[in-house]
Amino acid sequence: MSEQTPSSTSSNAPVTGSARVKRGMAEMLKGGVIMDVVTPEQAKIAEDAGAVAVMALERVPADIRAQGGVSRMSDPDMIDGIINTVSIPVMAKARIGHFVEAQVLQSLGVDYVDESEVLTPADFENHIDKWAFTVPFVCGATNLGEALRRINEGAAMIRSKGEAGTGDVSNATTHMRKIRQEIRRLTSLPEDELYVAAKELQAPYELVKEVAATGKLPVVLFTAGGIATPADAAMMMQLGAEGVFVGSGIFKSGNPAQRAAAIVKATTFYDDPDVIAKVSRGLGEAMVGINVDDIPVPHRLAERGW
Amino acid sequence: MIIGVLALQGDVREHLNALAECDVVARPVRRPEELDSVDALVIPGGESTTMSKLAIEFGVLEPLRKRVAGGMPVYGSCAGMIMLATDVVDGRPDQQTLAGIDMVVRRNAFGRQVDSFEGPVEIAGIDGGPFHAVFIRAPWVESVAADVEVLGRVTEGPAAGRIVAVRQRNLLATAFHPELTGDLRVHRFFVEMARAAETTEG
Repeated sequence: MSEQTPSSTSSNAPVTGSARVKRGMAEMLKGGVIMDVVTPEQAKIAEDAGAVAVMALERVPADIRAQGGVSRMSDPDMIDGIINTVSIPVMAKARIGHFVEAQVLQSLGVDYVDESEVLTPADFENHIDKWAFTVPFVCGATNLGEALRRINEGAAMIRSKGEAGTGDVSNATTHMRKIRQEIRRLTSLPEDELYVAAKELQAPYELVKEVAATGKLPVVLFTAGGIATPADAAMMMQLGAEGVFVGSGIFKSGNPAQRAAAIVKATTFYDDPDVIAKVSRGLGEAMVGINVDDIPVPHRLAERGW
Repeated sequence: MIIGVLALQGDVREHLNALAECDVVARPVRRPEELDSVDALVIPGGESTTMSKLAIEFGVLEPLRKRVAGGMPVYGSCAGMIMLATDVVDGRPDQQTLAGIDMVVRRNAFGRQVDSFEGPVEIAGIDGGPFHAVFIRAPWVESVAADVEVLGRVTEGPAAGRIVAVRQRNLLATAFHPELTGDLRVHRFFVEMARAAETTEG
């Protein structure tokens, strides 16, 4: 989307909110862990453990799943409380398509907005026009076409959806493998087959062509949804994730501080089983979890978003 | 000449790619033994508090400090600039640095992500016109000791005049991210510094 990037020669004035500045922020989070928190105290634990950012939300996905009801953007007081407690970046979730929640989050000074399927969607056709914002957005995807549609709308970072609030990593695995497989397939196609590939992916041709040429998404790709252990995080990194979101997995476990620090270490040393073994010892209870197969399809969060 | 990139967290790949384009062997460094095998080091952008914590826990902080004190050339961008500073304002109380450059650095000095920006910076000693610099929740340098060279300042906007590029002996730091722009001049400048150091060390 180079046409969206302000030209460096047209003016000397500093430019905020450019695609490069938005995507660049996600580059700085790579190799790191972003943790869901619902209170300033949890945010402090996450920062102490070495999180690269925290995600402020009203309820972690496991509680949203258990309690039901409509799930929305968090209370601004709670987000302010977290912003004032930690010095690392603070992200927050807006409902899919709820551009006013996103405007509020930008006004509060959050560093990244997650247009998230974990909250109840506000629009069943349109996602937020993310180009219209200075704050960058991360969006979930289950496959390459979905990722490219979000990037076309202005997303500056993509994460796998997985199935949030389950502690079951299987869907995150499926989504990460799928996205990477579809990227590999594009790189092997002759140029004259990319038009049909774009049609099949339901994604813009220009982005399809870019992915085919570079072999990667034009933005950073993280994993999310069901990661509960250091080994889960390391597996997702080995499958090609550039960093990890952990939602319910930390604060629904027996010893959040220790588990959080262990997942941070396992993410950096994702290819070193000795380190992963060492940090996995004595962590206490992992979150109990739900098998994704036991959740009826209409209740699966990954189905939200289009 | 082998140049390492500290790979505990951050935009490691972008620095590895930029260095490879400058015709040096570049490799990631996460462990003390990997540090032993490099002639110079780049500390990337990322979250400085996370890097500090991991550097302590995996035993690379002390070896890094020794190499820096021993004259190894190091370049730090953004979080890397913070890691190189002797003093950090608005850091975490437990945050450790390599104390290489005698300067006070203010973390997140320009503000939050909505204040992150790109704009021109003139860098002394680097020809070819102003550098198009990308600042992301960037630090700035509050003050430097007498023998620290100030190489660049912000020229436009509300932060005009702030110090964003410095050098002391074999240590170079920028508050911005040349690795995100495709402009290799800062990396080439650092590679030349490292080559010169290698020659003097003999």
